[in-house]
Amino acid sequence: MTDMTAESGLTAPRSDTYLNHGSTLWSWLTTTDHKRIALLYFGSITLFFFIGGAAATMIRLELISPNGALFTNDGYNRLFTLHGVIMVWFFLVPSIPTTFGNFLLPLMIGASDVAFPRLNLFSWYLNTVGGLLVVACLVLGGVDTGWTFYTPFSSMFSNSYVFLAVAAVFVVGFSTIATGVNFIVTVHALRAPGMTWFRLPLFVWTQYATAIVIILATPVLAISLALIAAERLFGLPIFDPQHGGDPVLFQHLFWFYSHPAVYIMILPAFGVVSELIACFSRRQVFGYTAMVWAILGISVIGFFVWGHHMFVAGMSPFAALVFSFLSFIVAVPSAIKVFNWTFTLYRGQIYFEAPMLYALGFIGLFTIGGLTGLFTASLPIDVHVTDSYFVVAHFHYVMVGGSVSAFFGALHFWWPKISGRMAPDGWARFAAILMFFGFNFTFFPQFVMGYLGMNRRYHHYAPEFQIYHVASSMGAVILAAAYLLPMGYLTWSLFRGQKARANPWGATGLEWQTSSPPPKHNFDQRPVVTERAYVYHPDQESPRHEEPNAREPHNPQGQRG
Amino acid sequence: MSSPALHEPFEAIDRQRLSAALGMWVFLASEILFFGSLFLGFTVYRSLHPQAILEAGRETNVVFGSVNTAILLISSVTMAVADKAAERGLRRMVVGCLAATAALGLAFLVLKGLEYREDIHEHLVPGPDFKLKTPAAQLFFGFYWSMTAIHAVHLTIGIAAVCLFAWRVSRRAFDFTASAALPSLGLYWHLVDIIWIFLYPLLYLGGRAP
Ligand code: HEM
Ligand SMILES: [Cu+2]
Repeated sequence: MTDMTAESGLTAPRSDTYLNHGSTLWSWLTTTDHKRIALLYFGSITLFFFIGGAAATMIRLELISPNGALFTNDGYNRLFTLHGVIMVWFFLVPSIPTTFGNFLLPLMIGASDVAFPRLNLFSWYLNTVGGLLVVACLVLGGVDTGWTFYTPFSSMFSNSYVFLAVAAVFVVGFSTIATGVNFIVTVHALRAPGMTWFRLPLFVWTQYATAIVIILATPVLAISLALIAAERLFGLPIFDPQHGGDPVLFQHLFWFYSHPAVYIMILPAFGVVSELIACFSRRQVFGYTAMVWAILGISVIGFFVWGHHMFVAGMSPFAALVFSFLSFIVAVPSAIKVFNWTFTLYRGQIYFEAPMLYALGFIGLFTIGGLTGLFTASLPIDVHVTDSYFVVAHFHYVMVGGSVSAFFGALHFWWPKISGRMAPDGWARFAAILMFFGFNFTFFPQFVMGYLGMNRRYHHYAPEFQIYHVASSMGAVILAAAYLLPMGYLTWSLFRGQKARANPWGATGLEWQTSSPPPKHNFDQRPVVTERAYVYHPDQESPRHEEPNAREPHNPQGQRG
Repeated sequence: MSSPALHEPFEAIDRQRLSAALGMWVFLASEILFFGSLFLGFTVYRSLHPQAILEAGRETNVVFGSVNTAILLISSVTMAVADKAAERGLRRMVVGCLAATAALGLAFLVLKGLEYREDIHEHLVPGPDFKLKTPAAQLFFGFYWSMTAIHAVHLTIGIAAVCLFAWRVSRRAFDFTASAALPSLGLYWHLVDIIWIFLYPLLYLGGRAP
């Protein structure tokens, strides 16, 4: 056992970090350092999380009353469209990959940067251009098509800024593709000596799989949106039924992207949770190899289930059966992952610090989200619940309960590495618990009312649903508070927080063996990897108890080269 | 043997070259799905409205289409030669071939422009005074215009990159033998060419068999 103390990692503690290596605004705007680009992205997605969140607040406010008291019908349509567009493409899709992925991927594989640092910066600028377009769309008056942009409404009838919204998503899509290309090449070409594929931390695997899904799915969205623009601006009939065109074709193209896109949003979260569960139960991840194949399986099978969004849009019963069957199949690897996380906990030494609370919350909420996905994937049930709040609750459990919780877990776990300061754990635990309750309070009633017949996307509804809507809106207040809290105490910790050691959690990953925050070039020497990931304890023994502030990395992945 | 073309985060030029090529291949995979969706849509409509699509297909100008196909094929040859010449360090040859490639690309665009003018003149733009009466014939031209326009945008980007490159090589601005930029650009150019090779029979040859 190489009892490395936390400070004798691969890089000596130092005062020149990536953060103070140049302090002008210009040095940030022209940086090619993956860690700084990650922070630029942090800025962008935080901004959009708040814009999307503001829209959500107004939606919840409006739904307290069954008569649509605050907004016009048209205003309400614009509100939920904006919420969807911003949350999906400007927050959730880029969230974990562009921030934690950018920051950690090179560190975890022992590289000094991503393969194409300038392309990385370029992707942030593209993201910013897309962001400006969507803000322009918002300021001018928004769009009312729903985030799904269904034709022919979007291409022929909608009287709103469809083109701006479509252009924004198009541009931001290419920014995501650039990140995807970068990650794939980085993982192939820049792994440190000894970092074989099956020694990669699962976070790296998920980033890799996500990148593959990104580059194969996003172009299909891009072209579908471009065709909407062609139809709208130039009157070219593409999906126009009057000329024999088929609007359902648009739906196929859209969902061919958008179902894989849900995996773009959840796979990185899987990666985060694997890191957290292993570290805070001091256990090797149960079934590492099965986890890898599950990740890859999800990204492949995920491409063949899109039809489950269109069961009532008109498809042959045979096609519907096949899509339903495949949707059940794709749930299998997800279930494998949930079981493996649970088995990792078994006989672990569990530490209930904030990141772990987020991870445990994730498992519960994702399981509910995934299981209700099976409800909607079975034909007879879906015909009943489609376009209802049941579906809304389903995808919020996966995307918000799942991915956003994982995002906050990651934020608390890697905060010491990123900022060099510890977050106050008491507050952080409080926020994690609040988030869990607030979330369930907000979204569980939506399952019930959806099942009882409450339609999505309407702001007038039958009075018997009011009780559920009021409950949901009350929960949203709690949830909002839980999202705002970290803003406060994390900012506080930047100035007053305890200084972080290189490896405060005693984790095994390479990123913990450089100083906190890391120097510009990541490691003083190129690390050499001699261990599998997550060797928190010898193979045949269960982990032993360690005092919280004396946890050791045991067999960390890197050694001096 | 570190080359001036070598830059962070790579430690060896070979690996850097391989990575650039891999990056380009990955991007091309993405591009194939981009155009693939168009081909798919076209195929769907072709099987839904076979007669109308064939009827419309006869309206495109096969002379322009064929000449342009030949031009693009030749440009791919000059591009490939530029790549080989770069491997051997033949600077003037590289610049010459790149210039020829860009010129051929431009010629394609000019011809395409002339063809567009003729199409507009013949009322082949979908709309109320469209030439053919069958409604679904307009679908064909919806795809014709979008596909060729998107292809032209790709070609324009390619031409700009080739020109920039030729200029930098001629100014001796960088180590073109070691750099992976030229082979990657070549890959992109060939993809744009191959896309056209699929567009050509789809848009110009359908409906013309006796
Ligand atoms: C575990 C496997 C999953 C299955 C079997 C599944 C199944 C389904 C089905 C059948 C629908 C369509 C319901 C309807 O419209 O009537 C649906 C909707 C949706 N799901 Fe899932 N899902 C799964 C996982 C996920 C994940 C991981 C995410 C996101 C991270 C997600 C996000 C969504 C979204 C956004 C929608 C609604 C789209 C819309 O209509 O606006 N799902 N899901
Ligand atoms: Cu889906």
